[in-house]
Order: sequence, then structure tokens, then C-alpha cells
Amino acid sequence: MSNPILRTESLSLVYGKGTPFEKQAVKNVSIEINRGEVIGVIGHTGSGKSTLMQMLNGLIKPTSGKVFLDGKDIHADKKSLRNVRFRVGLVFQYPENQLFEETVRRDIAFGPHNMGLPEEAIEKRVKSAAAFAGLKPELLDRSPFDLSGGEKRRAAIAGVIAMDPEVLILDEPTAGLDPMGREDLLSQIDAYHKSRNNTVLLVSHSMEDIAGIADRVLVMNHGECVMLDTTQNVFSKAAELEKIGLRIPQITKITSELRAKGVPLSEGILTVSEAFEEIRAILKKEGRL
Amino acid sequence: MMRDITLGQYYPSNGVLHRLDPRIKVLLLIGVIVLIFCTFNFYALGVVALLVAASVILSKVPVKLYLKSMKAIILVILITSLLNLFYGTGEPIFQWWIFKVTADGIKNSIYVAVRIISLVMVSSSLTFTTSPTDLTDALERLMKPLSVLKIKTHEIAMMMTIALRFVPTLLEETDKIMSAQKARGADMESGNLIRRIKALIPVLVPLFVSAFRRAYELAMAMECRCYQGGEGRTRMKQLHMSARDFVALGVLLVAVAGVVLCNIFL
Repeated sequence: MSNPILRTESLSLVYGKGTPFEKQAVKNVSIEINRGEVIGVIGHTGSGKSTLMQMLNGLIKPTSGKVFLDGKDIHADKKSLRNVRFRVGLVFQYPENQLFEETVRRDIAFGPHNMGLPEEAIEKRVKSAAAFAGLKPELLDRSPFDLSGGEKRRAAIAGVIAMDPEVLILDEPTAGLDPMGREDLLSQIDAYHKSRNNTVLLVSHSMEDIAGIADRVLVMNHGECVMLDTTQNVFSKAAELEKIGLRIPQITKITSELRAKGVPLSEGILTVSEAFEEIRAILKKEGRL
Repeated sequence: MMRDITLGQYYPSNGVLHRLDPRIKVLLLIGVIVLIFCTFNFYALGVVALLVAASVILSKVPVKLYLKSMKAIILVILITSLLNLFYGTGEPIFQWWIFKVTADGIKNSIYVAVRIISLVMVSSSLTFTTSPTDLTDALERLMKPLSVLKIKTHEIAMMMTIALRFVPTLLEETDKIMSAQKARGADMESGNLIRRIKALIPVLVPLFVSAFRRAYELAMAMECRCYQGGEGRTRMKQLHMSARDFVALGVLLVAVAGVVLCNIFL
């Protein structure tokens, strides 16, 4: 892993230095993120996940430490910072609150427009981004304020995807969506990742969301990165996660307890469908199916 | 960035001024302001300056913060005292072209400078030591006599409280929306005035939308809890006067007496 797309070097951020409200939001984070990876980011509320994400695309300048995109320090040249934001696309929490244009089409085009792309290219990008985000084409000419909550969310995500970033960061994209919407959006993100093979960082409170999609998981606690390991390895440390107020996916817990009772399941099952396949195979072998 | 702006600049600490009844503090502030403008010689001015210095020290807020609040108006002080310097009457000490400086002018400019500095210092000592909610509480109680004139004092105070409460929220929201648009490449720092104003549209539209949404939600939440204005409403936090409030009033009275005596006899 010699050429990570994103690398941070002892990144720290202190808010309100020297006032009684001083708070260390991020502490000494050094991580490497490789090209084409899907990273799940977990941590309880206020653990510094969102702040860290905003430092990765240069929106927040760290108090100390550096961020390297493709080997280059993003704060080395002020003029290129805007360019960094096109390459590291960040979808904020509740992104539907940032829609502003008269039509969905123009709102999605805001990013590509700022990149200075020609009109035809923008139109193409808007269409493909809307498709990736699962937004019906007939909605493109409606006002974003007339859409439903889930559609707004998709429109806002499409607005970032339209910039075709090398790294896509999604900060709790499924928060407040219904179960169907959640699953739908996640599979859409997965499909997008697979077709573009770009890097995706997904912040989520739902271990199930992360388990189904992530290659590696980054665990934050009190501003520090406490783990960055493969999804299997992270979720095999149930006790450690519980200590910092997190848990492992329900299905991982159930299967590991079944294992302890002697059911021959494999270790570190992360999704319901994996468990389903294994249990069916066992039942078949035993002739009970 | 936006986070650095603290509204009402309340500075939590445990000084004597923090523990005073906010009503008394507002009255004291009014008293001191009147006093500042009733000083007619240097001795009287000295008494007021002493009082202001005492309030700064008693507030237990770092003097650095006071100086910071002075920074914004340092230009105003300079200009007004400079103008006063040339508007004196009497024998000129120094003259050049149409500018002449008299003893009277020097005296006036010192007066003005000390008065403005005292004014800012003493007002800051109120806002540093009183949280915005305490402040509106105090104002509501002090405005109570106006309800005789059918002025809805409770509603005014409630509006002030809500406005103050939502300033940080809206600032935070602005910050978030700005970040989100910047993440999409919005450029708000360069270009001429018209371009910059145009660049604000992506921030202002979502901000207004969310402000209205918040207003509706707040109104609904208040109605759900049977809020119907000030009539018959009791308060959870009653304001109480204690011995130290009377002491503070006493100090003000002594200062008033001092200023009056200085004005008359010195």
C-alpha cells in the first residue's frame, strides 16, 4: 500500500483555543486510505467523525498536522484548495438542507458548474449522477422544495456525485430515512462505488450499514482514531467496541453466540444474507431442509 | 470562523458581579451611564473612572477581553477626541493654519475619551457577567410598569429571548450551509462585490427556508406545551434580591454622592 489516496499525519484540531469553551475535537489522527476502498467510519456522537471528514477535504484547517491527497499536502497551496474539494466530495449530514436552486437539475449542476465544465458535459453529469443517486429523471425539472424527504436527500447526494470526485465522503447519509430508503440508498452507493471504483468513506451510526458495505472500518473515540482495520477484525472486538459505547452488528453477535453453543458457523459473519447462506448449508448437510 | 463569534459575550465565572441580581445590574448600568455624563470636572470623572475600574476588577473577567471589546471602537474614540481637541474656545496654546489647540480643547478631548471608554467598559462588564437569558429576564421585570400602558412586556421579552436563543443556532446553520456549498466548489472569497453578493444566494436561500421551518416548529412546540402568552404565568427561576445587591446599590449611591460633591465643591 505504497500510494494511498488520502493520508493524514498527526492531525489535530482545537476549537476556541484560549477561551473557557476550548475543546479538542480531533487528536493526533494518522491514517492512510487506499484507492478504491470503502471505509466505514463509526464512533458515538461528538467523537470527532464529522470534523475529521471536513478536514479531509480542506474545509476545516487543522490546528496541527497535515492531510495529503495523492501525496500532496492540501494546504500547501491555497489556490488549489478549491480543486481539492472537487476531488474529495463531501456530502454533509442532512444534505437536503442545502438545496437552493429553482430546479433539481440546476441544483445538481451547481458543483460541475463551479468546476467550469462546458454545458453539455454538465448535462451529462447531472443525468448520470441523478441515476446513481436513484433519482427519477422526471423529478429533475421540479423544485427541490417540492420533493419528499428521501428524494431531497438523493438530489443533494447527486449534487456531490456530479462532481465525479475521486473520494466520496458521506456523513450519515441514511440518518432519518425509513428502512426501505436506507437499504435502497446503501445499495445505490455500493453500485456507484463498484462502477466507478473510487474511494468511499461512509460515516454511520448503524453497524449494519457499515458491515454490509465497508472493506475497512475506522473507529473514532473522543477525537482519537482507536481502530482502523478490516471490517471483520474490528467487529471481532465486541468488548472493546462496547467499552466506547458502540456495538457489533446484531447478526455478528447472534452468530458468534451460536458458535459458542457449538453450531459450526464461520467466524465474523457480518450480514444477514451471509448468515442465511451458512445456516441453510448446515441445515442441508444435516438433512433437515 | 463563525464559531469564534460569541454572542452576548457571556463569560462564565464566579465573580461577585456574576452573582448579583440581573435587575440590579441593569439598574446599576443605567445609573453609571447617567453618572458618566454628569461629571463636570476631573475629580468627578475620577470617581466614575474608579467605579468603572472596580466593576472591571470585580467581574473576574480577563482584562484582555475588555481590551478586545475596546478594539472595535478605538477609531471612534480617536476621531471624537481629535475633533474635540480643535473645538475648544479660549487662548490657543498651539496654532497651525486653521487648527488651534486650546487648554479647553485638551480638557474636552480627555473628557470625551474617558467617558466613551468608561461607557464601553461598564456595558461590557454587564454583558460579560450576565447570561442573555438572565438579561432578558431582568428586562422583562423592569419593563413591568409599562404594562399599565397596555404594552405587552412579556411578549417583548419572549421575543428577545427567542431571538437571542436562535442567533448562535442560525450562525451555526450558516456555517454549515456555507461549508456544504464550499464543498461543492462555491467561491465566496474572491470576485467583485456583485459576484460576492451573487455567491451568497446558495447560502441565504437554504438559511431562510430553515429559519422559517424552525419558527413553525418552535411555535408548534410552544403551543403543544400550552403557551399562551404572559397572563397568569409563573416562573421557575424567581429573581431574589440579597444583601450583596443592596451593597451594590449602596456603592452606586456613594458614587453618586461623590460625583455630586465633586461637581459642586471642587
